[in-house]
Amino acid sequence: MLERALTGNQKYYRLLMLLLVFMGMGFASYLMQWNKGLTITGLSRDVSWGFYIAQFTFLVGVAASAVMVVLPYYLHDVKVFGRITILGEFLAVAAVTMCMLFIVVDLGKPMRLLNVILYPTPNSILFWDMIVLNGYLFLNIIIGWNVLEAERMGTHYAPWVKTLIYISIPWAVSIHTVTAFLYAGLPGRHYWLTAIMAARFLASAFASGPSLLILLAFILKKYTKFDPGREAIDKLSQIITYAMIISVFFVGLEFFTAFYSGIPGHMHALQYLFFGLEGHHKLVPFMWMFVILSAVALTLLINPATRKDDKFLKLACVAVFIAMWLEKGLGLVVAGFIPNPLDHVHEYAPTIPELMIALGVWSTGFFVLTVLYKIAVSVKEEVEV
Amino acid sequence: MESNRRTFMKIGGLCALGLGALPVVDAFAKLDQPKFSQDPQALVGKKWAMVIDMKKCWEKGKPGCKDCMLACHKYHNVPTIEDEKEEIKWIWTDEHEHVFVGQSNPYTEENLHGKPFIVLCNHCANPACVRVCPTKATFKRKEDGIVMMDFHRCIGCRFCMAACPFGARSFNFRDPRPYIKTELNASFPTRERGVVEKCNFCNERLAAGSLPACVEACKCGALVFGDLEDPKSGVRKLLASHYTIRRKPELGTEPNVYYIV
Repeated sequence: MLERALTGNQKYYRLLMLLLVFMGMGFASYLMQWNKGLTITGLSRDVSWGFYIAQFTFLVGVAASAVMVVLPYYLHDVKVFGRITILGEFLAVAAVTMCMLFIVVDLGKPMRLLNVILYPTPNSILFWDMIVLNGYLFLNIIIGWNVLEAERMGTHYAPWVKTLIYISIPWAVSIHTVTAFLYAGLPGRHYWLTAIMAARFLASAFASGPSLLILLAFILKKYTKFDPGREAIDKLSQIITYAMIISVFFVGLEFFTAFYSGIPGHMHALQYLFFGLEGHHKLVPFMWMFVILSAVALTLLINPATRKDDKFLKLACVAVFIAMWLEKGLGLVVAGFIPNPLDHVHEYAPTIPELMIALGVWSTGFFVLTVLYKIAVSVKEEVEV
Repeated sequence: MESNRRTFMKIGGLCALGLGALPVVDAFAKLDQPKFSQDPQALVGKKWAMVIDMKKCWEKGKPGCKDCMLACHKYHNVPTIEDEKEEIKWIWTDEHEHVFVGQSNPYTEENLHGKPFIVLCNHCANPACVRVCPTKATFKRKEDGIVMMDFHRCIGCRFCMAACPFGARSFNFRDPRPYIKTELNASFPTRERGVVEKCNFCNERLAAGSLPACVEACKCGALVFGDLEDPKSGVRKLLASHYTIRRKPELGTEPNVYYIV
């Protein structure tokens, strides 16, 4: 089936070329980091994780898109999702690929990466994160590929694939839970030390992943003969609506606990994010953008008239995706380090090379996604003919 | 040709068998005795700890005294990086309200507010950094409780820095070697770019029978090092006779650095 990725129209090649250019730029920046070290980033001894790890955290959420179509389709027999489960699975593959790349570019000694396997340490959450992410990647590759292959042959996929599909559902929950545990179990990081961290991760994932999926489905509909179907989009947009409401509600819960209890450590990070702390307020505009985008998204999604209108739905999906990216892909990781353990505020901002490397990783993910979607769409087009 | 292949297969098979049997040989050939013997001079303890008497430091020490820090950083080839963001520090000072966060009040005695307190790795009995490390590059030594670092195993993921509630860990964002401004100590390794480092309670000096460099360097006896499990040790005597506090005891990491205020 892979050969279908090699033939396409000019637009397809142009997109791939563009992504390759970005990948090259990212790679060049990474060579610089390889030679000079993480000093080329905006990271510091106080904010020791930044843009890379934030992207990783956010993209674990995007990988959830798969389960939000797979679960209704296989467990609740929501037939309309039949056509797009493959899109969800391949999006998960691309997202997990990006997650892993973001971990690798964040390492100080990437050549020692295999130490995680050579000296397995079950008490480290990072060890488990490696296992669940790799597992999820392989599950989605194997499931997606086999289901698509069967579709091409006009047969039914093998029974063992079904077993893997059932495994992949709780597995998707595990990648968020374990990733949340990276943060939620650290003493002294008050912003992260919250029991609803995993729940927040799941809720925001089920909003941002399917939002991207809807946007991708619209793009495919425009440029190919593939039609995801009106009902599938409707169902997905309902899922996004609920997930977005819950996400915003969870952020509100954090506010209540911090500010009603009045415990300084619990308030500091939120104060820093939304109002500024001790004269430092680099992230304040971004967090208010999150607030505004969330309000816009919720307004458009809750109102059925706008939710069912393609134009407004696209807008809402963009708003959800950016809002969640700001909240999880920017604020959550950085604010955990502010103030530092000695109660000093040292701010963080990514540098240009850091952003270029991130762009390179995103492009790699979208390259993988483009190729996989091309294969999937070609097969579906052939089957329909 | 046929016999050649057969011989080759035989030899290959034997080699594979031999390699596979290596762990078995190891298991049987293992001696009960340790492979090396300890220096008879070595200082041995079951739970090393430090008591820092800040009053002594302020009253008896010369103003702005940095003897302990200079001695430590010199001994351990700690680079001097001016950029605050990439600073490497094993032992340093910060103000009272920053060291004991949330424990000062607007009316804190004048002799405490803004006063420098010496801070270093607490060598916690229940260290969060060790719990999170994915490669056991940072680990707690069983025999004496020192939280140590294997610079050669660290992958530079910085999970330990996120986990440490005391800010005791530094990361080598750049190659530290050009920034070693003191005379190089050939008996202690320099580090590479990309690994985390921190105070190691001078385990290498203890093994050779000397006290930690900072303790030895302090002329006013403000730093006292000893074994908490030994009731006759200096630290136990100080803890018995003084009111002492620890940093962030509420987090349950059980720090082993105590402060007399």
